[in-house]
Amino acid sequence: MDMLSISTVNWARAQFALTAGYHWIFVPLTIGLALIMAIMETIYVKTGEEKWKHTTRFWQKIFGINFAIGIATGIILEFQFGTNWSNYSWFVGDIFGAPLAIEGIIAFFLEATFVTIMFFGWNRVSKKTHLLSTWLVFTGATLSAFWILVANAWMQYPIGMEFNPDTVRNEMVDFWAVVLSPVAYNKFLHAVFSCWAVGASFVAGVSAWYLLKKQHVEFAIQSLRIGSLVGLVGFVMLAVTGDGSAYQVAQKQPMKLAAMEGLYEGREGAGLSAFGILNPNKTAYNDEVKPYILNVEIPKLLSFLAYRDQNAFVPGVKDIIDGGYTLPDGTTALSFEERKARGEKAIQALADHMVARKEGRAADVASHEAILRENYAHFGYGYLETGVDLIPDIPLTYYSFHLMVMIGIFFILFFMVVLYYLYKKKMSNTGWLQYVALWSIPLSFLAAQLGWIVAEVGRQPWTIQDILPVEISASAVSAGNIITTFILFTLIFTGLLAAEIAIMVKQIKKGPASLSTENHTGQ
Amino acid sequence: MSLLGGLLVFLLFVQGGQSMLGSLSREEDEKKLLVNVLGRKWEYTFTTLVTFGGAFFASFPLFYSTSFGGAYWAWMILLFCFVLQAVSYEFQSKPGNIFGPRVYRTFLFLNGVIGTFLLGVLVATFFTGSQFTVGKGNIAGLGTSGAIISQWQNPLHGLESLFNLRNLSLGFAVLFLARTQASLFFVNRLRHEKLEQRSRKFVLYNGVPFLLFFLVFLIWTLFDEGYAVDPVTKVVSLEEMKYLHNFTDMPWILVLFILGVAAVLYGTFKTVFSPRFRKGIWFTGAGTIIVVTMLLLIAGYNNTAYYPSSIDLQSSLTLENSSSSEFTLTAMAVVSLFVPVVIGYIIYAWGALEKKKLGMEELDTDGNAY
Repeated sequence: MDMLSISTVNWARAQFALTAGYHWIFVPLTIGLALIMAIMETIYVKTGEEKWKHTTRFWQKIFGINFAIGIATGIILEFQFGTNWSNYSWFVGDIFGAPLAIEGIIAFFLEATFVTIMFFGWNRVSKKTHLLSTWLVFTGATLSAFWILVANAWMQYPIGMEFNPDTVRNEMVDFWAVVLSPVAYNKFLHAVFSCWAVGASFVAGVSAWYLLKKQHVEFAIQSLRIGSLVGLVGFVMLAVTGDGSAYQVAQKQPMKLAAMEGLYEGREGAGLSAFGILNPNKTAYNDEVKPYILNVEIPKLLSFLAYRDQNAFVPGVKDIIDGGYTLPDGTTALSFEERKARGEKAIQALADHMVARKEGRAADVASHEAILRENYAHFGYGYLETGVDLIPDIPLTYYSFHLMVMIGIFFILFFMVVLYYLYKKKMSNTGWLQYVALWSIPLSFLAAQLGWIVAEVGRQPWTIQDILPVEISASAVSAGNIITTFILFTLIFTGLLAAEIAIMVKQIKKGPASLSTENHTGQ
Repeated sequence: MSLLGGLLVFLLFVQGGQSMLGSLSREEDEKKLLVNVLGRKWEYTFTTLVTFGGAFFASFPLFYSTSFGGAYWAWMILLFCFVLQAVSYEFQSKPGNIFGPRVYRTFLFLNGVIGTFLLGVLVATFFTGSQFTVGKGNIAGLGTSGAIISQWQNPLHGLESLFNLRNLSLGFAVLFLARTQASLFFVNRLRHEKLEQRSRKFVLYNGVPFLLFFLVFLIWTLFDEGYAVDPVTKVVSLEEMKYLHNFTDMPWILVLFILGVAAVLYGTFKTVFSPRFRKGIWFTGAGTIIVVTMLLLIAGYNNTAYYPSSIDLQSSLTLENSSSSEFTLTAMAVVSLFVPVVIGYIIYAWGALEKKKLGMEELDTDGNAY
């Protein structure tokens, strides 16, 4: 690879990360608010109390401001696999494209159609139809998260496919293996509960602000109740599904786990780093420098979480590169050099196969194909240079992971305290808790971003685990072009985010009361 | 895919409407009404475009990778203007929107003009060809230009298609068609006399240029060379009047195409000449779906390369060499069984919201105005 294409790849990654990062500011809020609104409206329809209608409509207004910008960033992503990652698109499009198309047909239309009824249908459809529409918006948004996470999970754990040397791509052979992959449903649940969590912390924070200002107190308490329940469920389930996800990572992406834990040398009965500071002087994975300046460890927990056995061996960065340890299935792990040799063999066999096919040498076609199949599991290693290429950015992955977990634990405690104060009817005059709630809003958004950093930075250098590294995935577009669009995206998204925040702040300051009169006076 | 393309072009009436927000309305109130009548429909166009992208990816991954990764700038600009559109309805009249309503309406205008025009230009390249090469062996180290399978050979990355008059004529045709449809939609949906009168005039002002540009593109395409594929050797070659032959070889497409054109013209001119006729959008809309679908079918059926490379004929994409595996296509076909359900609830939702036409009063009582 020459320098130009490395910079193309990095800019393509930066641009994609930028779009995905912005997208994931708005989407969790959309899904989380959709659920909270739907619960509120259900209470309204059941009790017939107008105050619940106003509460629902206030949050719907906020939802509306946020909704459009979420899909605006989403449309770019839908096409970015092609614009930035054209090689990838052909190489795995046969599998990866399907969930995206299904997402469009099944989820997006559901969401887009019923969102119009939700916004404009208050006086045009019956109460129950309107309620159903709100729930369908939530369902549509959740389904769309499901399909895109199926696609993402497949990149982390490619299954249900077979490489076809004639078309030079991976082809789907088992749809259900792709859809029901354990990585997919763990990821999906983890991501969806993170949306509940973000929506809930947002509702709790805004409600707390009203309490601080001593405005709309009844409305704020109502919102807090729903928000805190959703929040507690969301964060507890995040812990449960996070454990499920980490278990999958341990089985399928051991290097990512090693990076999350800053684990350079593997151990039996490995402890979980609860809190730590990495040693910046550690410059190579195999130097003798200690990885930590400070590390508070919970003994044996990492082994237990990763393999459900407190004495299991957890491989570190060095082990994964050097190989030689025993894998959970009883076989011995191959070294990087060995996998690289097999990967190169596979790539060469593909080339030989294509030439033989062209020249009509049937026997050679078959023999090259056999070599290719035998070594295909290591295909991507053939494009890498040294073992160091296998290592993701460890500090970024480590700190992102630990900060995310800490924020999660904080929120579980926080929502428990809020629910207790609500139960004791002391919430409206507990100023410190209201401040905590308000200032916690950005924390939940931060945690959601950190989670994706762990998932995506931690799996480098792979676009498709073991099969395709990022260097080979990009489009043949020079870095200059991508830098230009990167700057344009940054300006536009940042401008729109600023506008969204400003509009929201105005709307929140106006408060829910403005809505009860709006029906008669117009805006 | 062709049908999805047809639906997309029909739904571009939203963009057409956006492009004339300024010229059709005289007063702020009128502008607001136009924004709101379009604002209840924009998500359909947007979602169709997104689904179009996803469906292309799933069905023709090589097209997805070649065109989006190659004609980079054309697609990026198209997407940019849709990003701007998505927020503009919601943000424009909200207090605190930083840039002011004028900027957001300019965004809508830009999306209306560029979105339709560029899409037309890009679709025209299905007939006129683009400059790319495809080498499936690149990833295995065969070939001399690196590991990337499809490579665009023009540094303008898609913008070069603007220097082709035939591409431009389809671009303008789609733009004016979208505006014609928008005018018809306003005639149908609005309860506002002045705007309705003006919309009827706009049907004529936009319908005639549409017809002219479309005829230029059509005649030129039918009588020019087309990209034929040998069904046995798979070799791509240029054939005189290829697309005309496709029509004559597949008469059912020709018949439907003519019926579609007739419906478009009937809807358009009946609205112009009979002042009580309001259903023009249904004829023109349905006609548009059929015409575009048939046009896309002759681009690919009957041994034709639907996404031709003009600099390396053998790199051209055909339905066969760029489609997904049979397994994936079957899975997608099963998923398509959901489409009638989707269409069903869209019709329901549309009906539920459109029982009444939109006048000034409803903006106040519906409770959620832009």
